[in-house]
Amino acid sequence: MVGVEISDLSISFPLYHGDARTFRKGAGKGVSGRFGRDGRRRVVVEALKDINFSLKPGDRLGLIGHNGAGKTTLLRAMAGIYEPVKGRVRVHGRIGTLLDTSLGMNPELSGRENIRIRCQLYGLSKQETSDVEEDVEEFADLGPFMDLPMKSFSSGMSMRIAFGLATAIMPQVLLMDEWIMTGDAWFLGRAKKRLAGLVEQSDILVLSSHNEVILSEWCTRLIWMDQGQVIMDGSTDEVLTAYQQRSASKETPSEN
Amino acid sequence: MPAHSSSMTTEPLLDLQPETGLGHLRNAARDIVEGLGLLRLALTLGWLDIRLRYRGSLLGPFWLTISTAVMVGSMGVLYATLFHINVRTYLPFLSFSLVLWGWLNMVITDGCEAFSGVAGMIHAVRMPYMVHALRLAIRSFLIFLHSVPVIIAVFLLLDVMPHFTWGACFGWLLLLTDTVAFSLLFGVLGARIRDMAPIAASIMQILFFVTPIIWRPELIYLGRQYMLLDPFYPLIEIVRAPLMGDVVRDTVWLMAVFYSGLLWIISFLLFARMRSRLAYWV
Repeated sequence: MVGVEISDLSISFPLYHGDARTFRKGAGKGVSGRFGRDGRRRVVVEALKDINFSLKPGDRLGLIGHNGAGKTTLLRAMAGIYEPVKGRVRVHGRIGTLLDTSLGMNPELSGRENIRIRCQLYGLSKQETSDVEEDVEEFADLGPFMDLPMKSFSSGMSMRIAFGLATAIMPQVLLMDEWIMTGDAWFLGRAKKRLAGLVEQSDILVLSSHNEVILSEWCTRLIWMDQGQVIMDGSTDEVLTAYQQRSASKETPSEN
Repeated sequence: MPAHSSSMTTEPLLDLQPETGLGHLRNAARDIVEGLGLLRLALTLGWLDIRLRYRGSLLGPFWLTISTAVMVGSMGVLYATLFHINVRTYLPFLSFSLVLWGWLNMVITDGCEAFSGVAGMIHAVRMPYMVHALRLAIRSFLIFLHSVPVIIAVFLLLDVMPHFTWGACFGWLLLLTDTVAFSLLFGVLGARIRDMAPIAASIMQILFFVTPIIWRPELIYLGRQYMLLDPFYPLIEIVRAPLMGDVVRDTVWLMAVFYSGLLWIISFLLFARMRSRLAYWV
């Protein structure tokens, strides 16, 4: 069965270059919250700390939180890109990722060439590849641009290809970072329709965003993250209300 | 509608935990096997790298052929005159040595960017790291092939017949697998140590003069066993000597196999230890 299970997941980045020595002092005194030391006494930035949750088929999870809260790192960990420093990540099902703006696509290559590369990665046959190609072409609706280098695309155009491609290869677990939500209304409408098909087949969607409208529209469950930790995990309305209250109270001068 | 297929209905399981002991080796071995399974992808990527490098260029990859030809021609005539060597025996030797060295040099210096150069891809989707190493080895080999016409031309012009032995085939096979090991090894080193590329370049520069490339190995007889301390000498000799019609000494063969084995062991162990950290570094 398709599913995601994250247990005690911690991820930290070692500081090798540049200002590591400056941080070392602070970390020693335990002043700065997100710096710590690992087993070999290296200074590390703790990007994620003891994350626990699981997802079942049909779940549409939203990740909400400020910049640097650890949303993207969590998505990358779920995609198997960052392997856990502590804890365990288990994902049953074919993973689709929409994380980077470039999506690992080569801007010098045409849209079509990038699609073929991705299909080869997933080991698709010639027939399947041409099906995917046709499908993405129809969704992205770029006409002759499909055969031009992607660096000549607007960001919206590459987004259409990326989204079309990630959804065409039928992921069972789709991981999306917030940038994808910067599309225009036309794109969002089409994207939503396409995703609806995926979610109906009892697949899992994880979406990170700070756009509250999109989250309340697309997600059934929210995880609120701050400083690499889970602050709150619950239904969309519940978490959004709490999140808005906190944001509002932070804006009052007395908090500063 | 999105495409369906039978091969997609199975549910792959991704199960990741911090690695311990043998887990490092097991996961690294799996990475390598899965990477080899994606050979077609690595071929496409390597081929596209070359096509892109020369997109919009008039002569494209053949600039490389021309520059090799110019270098071989000028160096060959100059050194043959300086050292009073017969051009007819020296030039075939030199052309082959230079082209082969160019290949190995490229594998190692470009190898430092095997992973750090594709950070975008590594951060976008999980894929075996072996694919990137293979891509680099394939790209380097394809660029090497562009210079091969120069060797052929030299042999034809001087009317020298190249020799063929089955031993040479084994030598080529060994050398090819070594380039993959080199890209893995230097890929990992280059991802962690940013200065690796200039370090590797200067070491290769020294080795270029120390290794018998522009001078014939026969020039040293007393103490020739010390030449075997340079791993590149036996590795080059096992493909060069058979082509020139010389006999490869058994010790040279032995050392070539020994160095290849050692290279693979070191590369594999380092890769196994560092594989799960690569995404954090690049």
